[in-house]
Amino acid sequence: MKILRALFGSRGNAIISLLMIALFAWVVPPFISWAFGHAVWDAVNRAACSAADTGACWAFIKARFALFFYGVYPEGERWRVHLGLALLVVFGVGALFSQRRRGWWLLGLMVLVPIADAILLVGGIFGLRPVPTNDWGGLMLNVVISFVALGGSIPIGIALAFGRRSKFPVIRYLSTVLIEFWRGVPLLAVLFMGLVLLPLFLPNGVNVDNLVRALIVMTIFTGAYMAETIRGGLQGVDSGQSEAARALGMHEGQVNLLIVLPQALRLSIPGIINIAVDLFKDTTLVSIVGLFDLMGVVSQSLKDTAWTGLAAEGYVFAAVVFFLCCLVVSPGGSVLERHFSTAPGSAKR
Amino acid sequence: MTTRQKALTWQAVVAVVTAAILLFFARNVSDNLAIRGLSFGFAFLWSKAGFDIPFHLVEWDVNFSYGRALWVSGVNTLFAAAISIVVSSALGLTLALMRLSGNLLAAGTARTLIEIIRNTPQLLQIVFIYFAVLQALPQLRQSYNLGAGLFLNVRGLYVPAASGTAWDWITGLTLIAVALAAVLWRRIGMQLPRLLVLPPILITGLVIAGFTATWDPPALKGFNFAGGVRIPPEVLAIVLGVSIYTSAFIAENVRAAILGIHKGQTEAARSLGLSAGRTMALVILPQALRILIPPLTSQYLNIIKSTTLGAAIAYPEILQIMARTVLNQSGRAIEVMTVVLGVFLAVNLITSLAMNHWNHKMALQGR
Repeated sequence: MKILRALFGSRGNAIISLLMIALFAWVVPPFISWAFGHAVWDAVNRAACSAADTGACWAFIKARFALFFYGVYPEGERWRVHLGLALLVVFGVGALFSQRRRGWWLLGLMVLVPIADAILLVGGIFGLRPVPTNDWGGLMLNVVISFVALGGSIPIGIALAFGRRSKFPVIRYLSTVLIEFWRGVPLLAVLFMGLVLLPLFLPNGVNVDNLVRALIVMTIFTGAYMAETIRGGLQGVDSGQSEAARALGMHEGQVNLLIVLPQALRLSIPGIINIAVDLFKDTTLVSIVGLFDLMGVVSQSLKDTAWTGLAAEGYVFAAVVFFLCCLVVSPGGSVLERHFSTAPGSAKR
Repeated sequence: MTTRQKALTWQAVVAVVTAAILLFFARNVSDNLAIRGLSFGFAFLWSKAGFDIPFHLVEWDVNFSYGRALWVSGVNTLFAAAISIVVSSALGLTLALMRLSGNLLAAGTARTLIEIIRNTPQLLQIVFIYFAVLQALPQLRQSYNLGAGLFLNVRGLYVPAASGTAWDWITGLTLIAVALAAVLWRRIGMQLPRLLVLPPILITGLVIAGFTATWDPPALKGFNFAGGVRIPPEVLAIVLGVSIYTSAFIAENVRAAILGIHKGQTEAARSLGLSAGRTMALVILPQALRILIPPLTSQYLNIIKSTTLGAAIAYPEILQIMARTVLNQSGRAIEVMTVVLGVFLAVNLITSLAMNHWNHKMALQGR
């Protein structure tokens, strides 16, 4: 009864409710019947799908499942991807949530994990078979690009944020120009720059891998956004903190690195999470410059004559995967926020 | 060392390092250009393009120059951005009002839609609309008839074309007059709220223009439509994709702005006898607009940048035409990228200046 009154209590409310119900009736049943009721889960190709039923052809996704997650990373070597991800997760959780020895976990995350993961994924030493980056693809590529660009952008962002607040005009203007340049141009144009300009800017004969080009420009691009977020955090730190630190006899570098920065980073967490989510979604743009991330692999698979014309199935699947990944990041972000909302060691509020 | 000397030293170090990096790049570029037998210069902008631009709003011909291609594709970019700004604002406002409506169904639907849109990649949405929706539409002969002379099929959306002598002048003059009046409202001494006066004038002008025009609706004749104007699927996909994605963010901004207005404002307006609708239109929205301007500016700038995603579906915008076609044909990577980045930086700068000016005018006047 309460629900009925909430939905149909007044004339305006009733009209809106009826409109919404009509909309649901129009959209939802056909979608359910397409995605589930009349869907085909097992078939050898598109023709077999169409012959079996009228709904979605999920057999296409099943046939390409591994491709969508690993690209053409050799099947026998995929344990390396899993191990790399596991290392990242373990050290990430350790650095964020361990009560003691957080410094060691953090050091591991910043030094050990990147080196170990690079060795695992690239191979070529310790008897690991080399896997060229051309074979990397699928969701794995989105994750690799996101983490490299995010990890690299934080130091860039910190440097530029301090630079923009510097009292030295040369440093201030230089940082401002850099930040505003990268924030003013579209990411896709930046990726094109990496593709066509970067080779010209490096000495003749230096050949840069396609993936590395994308990683470099995406890291710098993200760094500019990171700088603005961290600058917001720096502005949020009470000036009494740095005054007190100076009164204790700390010099300028100690004040900034030991007192202001940690508090500023804590204030920046919501902004950094937003950047991470945007970055993860924007890694799909690399598919336009010739890398095969999840979206690129889906688009490529749609050109296969056996599965042609299944754009709806392919892109809906990719959208669901991205949605689930983002869904993990956002609540993870609020956990972080709560975790850092009080200084470690202080009484919990 | 004194503080002053320290400051000078630090700045000199940074300046020298920056100069060294720039010099390193410049040397590499000149070496690389010499090896490839290329020179640097913008003279190529005057040479013949020789390619077709399938969708163009200003005159285009394969014999035109690269410079003209820049102009044509730039207009395409701004066109897609302008339409997307209008559509995304309307959609965003609708979603925000649905969320705030107090109706469980409407609020829940809006919330679900916003979450889905915000948590999937924009490129994926554009490509989905293009390949999974528009390219899956029926062929010409089985076109969907949407009524009012609108036909939808795999070739795009066919709309009636207007012709005649006076309609374009009436439309143009109405738009200019309304825009001028909106900007100069206070200065010409008007006291009535402009949101109540100007929309009816605008609608009346457009209706008069509509009646004076001769409408030429599309009609299926043989293998094609005769009459009407075709809007290609690339245009529909980029406008819809960019608008829908941005509308979810605008909706959240609008909601935050409306919730940011103190409850006392609503209570005061209601106790003065204003209806709920007039409270929203006359008291809440004008104040919310003030909070809304800065985040809205960055959303509009995002829209302009997002139109480059048209490159994924071959919408002939500036990046697609310049950084792909022209660059491939002429090989002039540095010049082309300089032009493209320059255009985006300039558009960004102008938009931020305009929005800052507006923000300044709308800001609360201190007494």
